Amino acid sequence: METLTDAASLGAFLHGLPGVDQVGADERAARLATRSIKTTAKARAIDLAISMVDLTTLEGADTRGKVRALCAKAVHPDPGDPSVPKVAAVCVYSDLVAEAVAQLKGTGVGVASVATAFPSGRAPLEAKLADTRRAVTDGATEIDMVIDRGAFLAGDYQKVYDEIAAVKAACEQAHLKVILETGELMTYDNVRRAGWLAMLAGADFIKTSTGKVAPAATLPVTLIMLEAVRDFRARTGRQVGVKPAGGIRTTKDAIKYLVLVNETAGPDWLHADHFRLGASSLVNDLLMQRRKLATGVYAGPDYFTLD
Amino acid sequence: MDTERLAVRKTYKLFIAGAFPRSESGRSYEVRDAKGNFLANASRASRKDVRDAVAAARKAFGGWSGRTPYNRGQIHYRVAEMMEGRRGQFVDELRADGSGKAAAETEVNAAIDRWVWYAGWADKIATVTGSANPVAGPFFNFSTPEPTGVVGIVAPDSALLGLVSVVAPAVVTGNTCVVVAARPLAAITLAEVLATSDLPGGVVNILTGDRAELAPWLASHMDVNAIDLAGAPDELAASCAEAAAENLKRVLHPAAATDWTADPGTARLTAFLETKTVWHPVGI
Repeated sequence: METLTDAASLGAFLHGLPGVDQVGADERAARLATRSIKTTAKARAIDLAISMVDLTTLEGADTRGKVRALCAKAVHPDPGDPSVPKVAAVCVYSDLVAEAVAQLKGTGVGVASVATAFPSGRAPLEAKLADTRRAVTDGATEIDMVIDRGAFLAGDYQKVYDEIAAVKAACEQAHLKVILETGELMTYDNVRRAGWLAMLAGADFIKTSTGKVAPAATLPVTLIMLEAVRDFRARTGRQVGVKPAGGIRTTKDAIKYLVLVNETAGPDWLHADHFRLGASSLVNDLLMQRRKLATGVYAGPDYFTLD
Repeated sequence: MDTERLAVRKTYKLFIAGAFPRSESGRSYEVRDAKGNFLANASRASRKDVRDAVAAARKAFGGWSGRTPYNRGQIHYRVAEMMEGRRGQFVDELRADGSGKAAAETEVNAAIDRWVWYAGWADKIATVTGSANPVAGPFFNFSTPEPTGVVGIVAPDSALLGLVSVVAPAVVTGNTCVVVAARPLAAITLAEVLATSDLPGGVVNILTGDRAELAPWLASHMDVNAIDLAGAPDELAASCAEAAAENLKRVLHPAAATDWTADPGTARLTAFLETKTVWHPVGI
């Protein structure tokens, strides 16, 4: 792929990307959402979805105790049923990374940390890098950074690119997920551009949202991002993951996303290494549906953890 | 001028979370009168409608049970006012179902009276079933009734009076309910009354369709706290009671056919109440 060394060529490349047919994208996502997944296929989809969840708590009121509880849930989502897979990772604020790392040592569950002045991203680059380095030092295996939407919308792609590249360098071995915050990007064309920009700058994952802005993850936006990672692999050979986050609460929603992945990017992406679901309440609904399939009767929330 | 009007027929839909959706399954069935004439199309609910209705009832429970009993009583009076306004419609629907004119009017009157009677109990039941208990220690010890939670109701064949007699006592004390109605016409008109009378959405959810199909899903649902089998034939009631044991639901199954015109007493009110006892230190 051609090298994009300066702001002018970067801007020219991003604006040279084909435009998104908005009506077509909405229609395609809605059509795929009607796909019916039942019985054994549903059981596999539920287990796959559980294994893809980034179990998330990102509240000002988070405590070490809450993080410990979340970590316990990440390893044994349903304590009464050892056949339930572990979730992919726990996602916390950077100051709570050490607590999560201590709890999850040896379990195979990753620790993701939001960094770079999450959720607004409005901080000097030095602060963002310090935030990232601290999380990595404390043992985070994944960093979820936010892009500077202000700079992106103003057309200053080089600044966004440089920040992502700098954070990627600060991540060392940790995987970098870049949050586009699609709810603030205004158009689907911008979503496609931001996705490509993040991938060019070195992102290992592109993520829809912080969960703090409405709308958060939607099917059409995820569709566009999945097309971007598919096309990016075709051009560069590097496979980037996608993570929709925010607003995914039911098993039905989760399965719609899995169908979208399979039909858009392909089965290569149907693995926690390349697709994640950022969620918290989703897990209980997945567990309730899983138990419904196992026992034949509808499960109730009284029998699952409150979190 | 041509005075013939286009017939505007009503489709009887379900009542879930304060809205009137069609069945998730898309199914419907024809309701016919005693002579076999077509009356209306009604939705035939599926197990997923049961699931959605239970979720709606659970969501509504916190708010409804947290209201003051006085407020719940006022809302019940409001329901009676709305029923009064629909008197003619109820009478027509009962007559379509096979009642004579006088019998239909008597049943509608009795149903409205029954609702008002239960409305009055809202802020009185606690004084009847609650107590201040003498205990051997420096404690003020008292017991108060608390609503059981989400109540599944298999409504009896009595289209309006029977329906009112099972729904009103369950919800007036602060429970929320999912009702499988026997006769769709009067049941869905009652739903329209409830929807326009300040009752929060989801407190009462009404499903129409095949009782034998829906009742087992309600009985086995782990998020339902009690089940009223008033309208279930013996065999169905037995299997439902068995399924209800899984999460220790309260089961109300009247032994013999109930005479819905008789004085109901407080049995149906207390059937879905739990007793909470509090020990409060005194003299310290």
